[in-house]
Amino acid sequence: MTTSGSPRLEFRHIGKTFPGVRALGDVGFQVRAGSVHGLLGENGAGKSTMMKILGGEYVPDEGEVAIDGQVQHFRSAADAIAAGVAVIHQELQYVPELSVMENLLLGRLPTRFGFVDRRRALAWTRERLDALGVDLDPRARLKQLSIGQRQMVEIVKAILRDATILALDEPTSSLSHRETDVLFRLVRDLRAQGKAMIYISHRLDEIFELCDAATIFRDGRKVADFDALEGVTRDMLVQRMVGREIGDIFGYTPRTQGDVRLSVKGVAGRAVPLPVSFDVRAGEIVGFFGLVGAGRSEIMRVIYGADRRTSGEVLVDGKPIRPSHVRDAIRHGLVFCPEDRKEEGIIGVRSVSENINISARRNHLVAGLFVNDRNEARTADTYIDRLRIRTPHRRQEIRLLSGGNQQKAVLSRWLAEKDLRVLIVDEPTRGIDVGAKNEIYNVLYELAGRGVAVVMISSELPEVLGVSDRVVTMCRGRITAQFDRASATEENVLAAALPEGAGSTAIRNA
Amino acid sequence: MTEPNAAAIVPQRDTREERRRALLWQIVDDYSLIGIFVVLFVVLSATVRYFFSWDNVVGLALSVSQIGMVACTMMFCLASRDFDLSVGSTVAFAGVLCAIVSNATGSVAIGIAVSLAAGALVGFVNGAVIAKLKINALITTLATMEIVRGLAFIASHGQAVGVTNESFFALGSAEFIGLPVPVWVTLACFVVFGVLLNKTAYGRNTLAIGGNPDAARLAGVAVDRVRIAIFLIQGLIAALAGVILASRITSGQPNAGEGFELNVISACVLGGVSLMGGRASISGVLVGVLIMGTVQNAMSLMNIDTFYQYLVRGGILLVAVLVDQLKNRRQSR
Repeated sequence: MTTSGSPRLEFRHIGKTFPGVRALGDVGFQVRAGSVHGLLGENGAGKSTMMKILGGEYVPDEGEVAIDGQVQHFRSAADAIAAGVAVIHQELQYVPELSVMENLLLGRLPTRFGFVDRRRALAWTRERLDALGVDLDPRARLKQLSIGQRQMVEIVKAILRDATILALDEPTSSLSHRETDVLFRLVRDLRAQGKAMIYISHRLDEIFELCDAATIFRDGRKVADFDALEGVTRDMLVQRMVGREIGDIFGYTPRTQGDVRLSVKGVAGRAVPLPVSFDVRAGEIVGFFGLVGAGRSEIMRVIYGADRRTSGEVLVDGKPIRPSHVRDAIRHGLVFCPEDRKEEGIIGVRSVSENINISARRNHLVAGLFVNDRNEARTADTYIDRLRIRTPHRRQEIRLLSGGNQQKAVLSRWLAEKDLRVLIVDEPTRGIDVGAKNEIYNVLYELAGRGVAVVMISSELPEVLGVSDRVVTMCRGRITAQFDRASATEENVLAAALPEGAGSTAIRNA
Repeated sequence: MTEPNAAAIVPQRDTREERRRALLWQIVDDYSLIGIFVVLFVVLSATVRYFFSWDNVVGLALSVSQIGMVACTMMFCLASRDFDLSVGSTVAFAGVLCAIVSNATGSVAIGIAVSLAAGALVGFVNGAVIAKLKINALITTLATMEIVRGLAFIASHGQAVGVTNESFFALGSAEFIGLPVPVWVTLACFVVFGVLLNKTAYGRNTLAIGGNPDAARLAGVAVDRVRIAIFLIQGLIAALAGVILASRITSGQPNAGEGFELNVISACVLGGVSLMGGRASISGVLVGVLIMGTVQNAMSLMNIDTFYQYLVRGGILLVAVLVDQLKNRRQSR
C-alpha cells in the first residue's frame, strides 16, 4: 500500500453543465502514482461525466485536469491518449470481427512489403500477453470471446499504449468470478508498476479489496474523500453515497401467498432444449439464481414469447398463453423486463412518458385509434412521482436518464397495465446504485403484496437471498434445486447452481 | 452508459432557470427550420422578379404536390428506420396502368381504383418481404423499384399512353376555391398523416419501432403489422401521386418519376426526419418539401440552367444533414 508519493493526477474544481442540468460542480480530487483510487456514488452522481472529462470526450466548463502538476487541455480523446490516459468505459470499444491481435495492434500492424506480417504480429502479441499473465488466444475473434475476455483485451490495449493513468468504469459488472480474479491480479500488478488508477464500482466489497483511497460523489458534488480505507466501514460509505441511512437494503417482510398464478409446464425453446417446469403463486417472489449461461434468461424469454417456444405450456391463472406471442402474454397480464435495458428495454430517443405508456395505452384509446394524451400525461406523472424517477419532466428523452431511472420507467410501463398478474424481471438492478436498488425492491414487494406473481432473475447471490420467498437454481439449462427462504443459504444455493465437479475456488469467491 | 448520466442529477425543483433555458433551446431547435424557410421566402420575394405573385406561389405548390404527398408516407417509413426506393417506379406504373385501364373500360374511376390497388399491392409486397422475411429494406425496395419500373415499360410497350377520356384531366387541372386539386390532395395528406403520426397509437408505434425495434416488440408493439401497414400505405399514396401526375401530363409515361424517390427522401431529411429512426415531425417535412420546391422555382425564375439545379439541391441536402448532425451532437454533450 502506497501512502506517500505526489499526485500523478489531479482534478481541480471541475464543473460541467449540460443543457438544463448541472452534472458536476466544483469537484476536485487527487490520485497518487502506484495507487488504486475508488470512485463511488449513485448512478447519476457524475462519475461517468468525470471519466469522460478525463478521457477527453467532454471539455469541462470550469476547472482543470493536471497530470504531474502540468495542466492539461484535452480537446479530444486522442489528446488524452497522447498524455498517457486510458479510460475503459462500461461499453467497450473494439472491432468484433477482428482478432485479439488485430485489435491490440489496430493502426500499427507490422507490415512486410506492404502486407501485414502476421507471424511477427502473432509473436509480438503472444509475448505481451504472456508477460502480463493474460490467458487469451491472439487469433480468437473478439466476438467469440466472453465479455470479460473482451474487457481484458481493452485493458491490455491501454497498457500497450503505455498509459500511466488508467480509469476503469465498472469493469466487473458483467464478469464471472474467475474473470474478476484475473482482473484484480492485473490491477494489482499495474499498481506495483506505479500506474495511477481510478476504479469505479457499485460493489463495495471490491472497493475494500482493491482500493487504497476513495472519493464519493453525490448529485454532481464531492461529498467525501478517504486517503486510506483502514477503519472505514461499509455503512459509512453507503450513507455518504445515498445521503441518508439505509438500514437493511433488502427490507424484506413476509407476505401471504395465494393460489398458483403462473404455471410453466415442460417449456422448451431453441436455446433451452430441456423442458422446464415450475409454478409461482400469487404474492410470491421467486428468485432464479445460476451462472451466466445457465439458461435462466433464455427460458424466461421463451415463457414471455420473446423467443420461440418449441414445446410445453404456460398458464396464467389456468389460462394458456399462445406460444411465441408477446402480445398475448401481455393481454393475459404476463410481462417481462429484459436484462439488456438499453438494447431491449428502453426506446432511447422517445420520451419518458412514451416509454411508460407504450403498452398500456391500448386500453385508453379514444375511438379505438387516438391516443389519450391527458390520460397518458397523468399516468406518466403518477409513476414518475411514485417510483421517484428522477427526470426534469416527462417529455425528456429516456436515454438521458441514469440506468436506475430508466429501469424504473420500464417497470412503470408494466405497473401501468391495469391487470398485471405475473412480472418477470431479468437482472433488475444490474448497474444500479444502492438507493435505486432499494426502491426497485420496494416496487417488487408492493406488487407481490397486491397478489402479483414475481419472478426475479439475478446473478447477485445476496440479492436473490435477500428478496426472494423462494429460490430456484438453474444449471446448464435445467432446474437443479428449490429452496424456501428459511433453508436458502449462500452455500447450498451456490452448490446447487454450480456444475458438478466445479472447483471450490468459485465458492470461495462468491 | 454512453449518455451523460446527467438529466437525473439535479433535483427538479431548484433549477427553474435552467429548465427554462433548456426549453428555449428546444423551441429554437423545433422551429429553426420554419424560420429558415420564412427568411428564404422573404428574401426571394424581395429579390426575384415574379416570385411573389399568387400565380407563381400556386405553381410552386403544384410542382411539389406529388413529392409532398409521398413525403408524408416516406416520413413514416424513415421514422420506423426503414427505407423505400420503389416509390418512383410505382408513380410511373400507376400512371401507365390508370391510362390503360381507363381507355380499355371507358371508366376513369375503374382506372384509378385499379392503379391504387396495384400501388397498395406493391407496398404490401415490400412490407411483407421486409417484415416477415427480414430482408433489408434497401435491397428489397431496390429490387421492387426495378421490377415495377419494368412492369411499367412492359405494360406500355415503352410508349406514353394517352388518355382518351377528357374527364380524367380534371384531376390534375381543375381548381377548387382558387387552388388546383393536386394541391388540395397534398394538403389533405399532410393533415391526415400529421394526425396519424402525432395522435394515434399507429404513429407512436411507428416512432417506437424506429427508436428501438427490439424493445418495441418486447413492449407489445405489433412490429410486423405496423411495418407492413407503413409500406402498404406508402404504395397506395405513391400510386395516387402517379395517377395525378398522369392527369397533369395527360398521359401515363413509363419513365415518369425517375429520381423521384430520392427527391422525396431528400425533402424528408431536410425536414429533420432522422435516418436512424424514431424522430420525425410533419411540420418539418412540410417545410422540407417547400424549401426544395422554392429553391427550384426561384432558380427557374432566375433562368439558371437546370444542370446547376442539381448542384444546389445536393448542396442544400448536405447542409441540412450537417446542421442536424451538429444539433444531435450538442444534445448528447
